[in-house]
Amino acid sequence: MKLKNLLIAAIRSLAKNKMRTFLTMLGIIIGVASVIAMIAIGQGSKKSIQDQISTLGTNVLMIWPQASNTGGVRMEAGTSQKMTIDDVNIIIDRCPSVAAITPQVRTSGQLVAGNLNWRTSVFGVYPTYFDIRNLKLESGSVFTMNDDRSASKVCVIGQTVVTNLFGANADPIGNFIRINKIPFKIIGITETKGQNAYGQDQDDMVIAPFSTVQKRMLAITYIQSMLASAQTEALIPVASQEITEVLKAKHHLGPSEDPDFTIRTQTDIAQMATSTSAIMTILLATIASISLLVGGIGIMNIMLVSVTERTREIGIRMSVGARGSDVLLQFLIEALMISLLGGVIGIVLGIVISQLIATVLNWPVNITMNSILMSFLFSSAIGIFFGWYPARKAARLNPIDALRYE
Amino acid sequence: MAGEDVNMSQAIISVKNLVKVYTMGDVEVHALRGVSVDIRKGDFAAIMGRSGSGKSTFMNIIGCLDVPTRGKYMLDGVDISMLSKDQLANLRNLKIGFVFQSFNLLSRTSALENVELPLMYNRKISSKEMRNRSMKAMESVGLANRADHMPNQLSGGEQQRVAIARSLVNDPVVILADEPTGNLDTRTSIEVMDIFQRLNEQGISIVIVTHEADIAAFTKRNITFRDGKIIREVEIDKPRNAREELIQMPVAIEEDEL
Ligand SMILES: Nc1ncnc2c1ncn2[C@@H]1O[C@H](COP(=O)(O)OP(=O)(O)OP(=O)(O)O)[C@@H](O)[C@H]1O
Ligand SMILES: [Mg+2]
Repeated sequence: MKLKNLLIAAIRSLAKNKMRTFLTMLGIIIGVASVIAMIAIGQGSKKSIQDQISTLGTNVLMIWPQASNTGGVRMEAGTSQKMTIDDVNIIIDRCPSVAAITPQVRTSGQLVAGNLNWRTSVFGVYPTYFDIRNLKLESGSVFTMNDDRSASKVCVIGQTVVTNLFGANADPIGNFIRINKIPFKIIGITETKGQNAYGQDQDDMVIAPFSTVQKRMLAITYIQSMLASAQTEALIPVASQEITEVLKAKHHLGPSEDPDFTIRTQTDIAQMATSTSAIMTILLATIASISLLVGGIGIMNIMLVSVTERTREIGIRMSVGARGSDVLLQFLIEALMISLLGGVIGIVLGIVISQLIATVLNWPVNITMNSILMSFLFSSAIGIFFGWYPARKAARLNPIDALRYE
Repeated sequence: MAGEDVNMSQAIISVKNLVKVYTMGDVEVHALRGVSVDIRKGDFAAIMGRSGSGKSTFMNIIGCLDVPTRGKYMLDGVDISMLSKDQLANLRNLKIGFVFQSFNLLSRTSALENVELPLMYNRKISSKEMRNRSMKAMESVGLANRADHMPNQLSGGEQQRVAIARSLVNDPVVILADEPTGNLDTRTSIEVMDIFQRLNEQGISIVIVTHEADIAAFTKRNITFRDGKIIREVEIDKPRNAREELIQMPVAIEEDEL
């Protein structure tokens, strides 16, 4: 039979049983739509995690002192006193792959301005911190290394702090706030960054010169951590290697000994986060695929029933000259049409659902061409795979047996 | 006359010692026990016989719907036993028109689409020709105005006429009809026989199975089966003429009413 006639025959027979056709299709529609929506959600969260990780800064390396392990008692990370400003200086001198570095100390501060007060974290860093973290100022300016040397009482504050102490849209540059009773002059306000990957408000902090926080507020001699950036993304591992060697040598540790500090790079964090979201995507896709599979079995079920139901029809077709292959193709094309049409409707529905999720639930979604292509191929494969068996069963019938079938 | 004689003697269907044995488990049913017969071009034969005598079995075999257990069957000069399943399908499509007692139309499919069915499986025919030929076949059975009706909107007689239209749409060499009037009343049966007679006049060979001698009388030749064998063959000198009888019938009804 000519392909055109086959298509006509298949369309006629699908149109003859609209309800049955629709119900069979429904399985595929739901399957494909959920695959698209699930993958869109998975990919969306992956993308938003990646976006948030990039807010960490560019080519960032974080260096913490290892929790000291003396006497078998593990201390909390960052409480070690082994890391000092000398470590920062030696890295500046000896690590060519490191573009910038800053020591970090952190304390919590009770902020008072006028009759309002607010509690938040106070970071003590070098001005390079702003470059490393890509932190831009909304207004004002960053403190300088001179401010650090003289332990000046100046600070840059985040938008959340501004809102809570001065009200939204206020411009408090030049104003003074008291942090743990010490007066600080506000010289800059950071641009709004929003929440990070862990839901923390990145605009709720005060940044002050390192020495000011270390000496005036904490009164300690060590540093809690360092933040560095590599010259290029490709140099992140090199920078990590250089820092490891330099610090180990300085801390008198042999090459075979474990370092007494931890370096975590942005790449590590990104990989960790992406692999988590990749697992989630796979999980979601698996669940959705199962529903697609169930849809496929639905097709097979209906096609099998319809082969039995339509045995007489097959007999009639054969009696007027249909070959086994014509019958096989007709059934296969019917199955394929159901799954392809169901696939297309499912794709449209999946996109609509994803958009709904994005707008109503405010979840990040990312519909990829891949997921559309994949579910389209998958649904046509299902049509062929599950249509094949009933179609072949129909094609093998003897004309007279098919005609005699009651 | 001489030319017609040559035509008449040319066998469209030629069977020799046809045997069909159905085996169901241990039981063997000998449905045909050596049937030999020739159907010539332009023939109009009626096959008669008791129930179970093997008429349908014979028809199914010469219609290439079933295969014989033994024996030789030549259709239009081709030995059927040499053909593959696909080639048999091709023969059914191009050379044979089959009419069933139970009509066997596709349900929920318009009359015209039913008639088109054999043409759908004919690769050489364009869509336009398909429409034209199906319409012509519908006209020749007098149902051109019912083309878009579904089978369940047609009477039994009309359904059988659709089935006949379907059987002749591909210009077969022979039309085989197994009890085509079995489900119809007398007048409708005669209408169907009228169509067959007209087709036969156009040169199409026709074989029908019937239980009714009345119906067989419309044909040119009666073949009687018993227990899987042909026991009698009679040429009918003067077949009944369906057309003339139909013209007279309304009169007969009026007479009845008087
Ligand atoms: N598929 C089959 N399996 C087994 N036996 C069969 C089968 N078809 C027919 N028979 C047997 O073959 C014999 C001939 O049957 P067939 O149908 O040819 O008779 P028939 O002359 O057409 O009868 P009727 O006038 O009742 O239609 C019967 O005894 C029947 O039981
Ligand atoms: Mg019979």
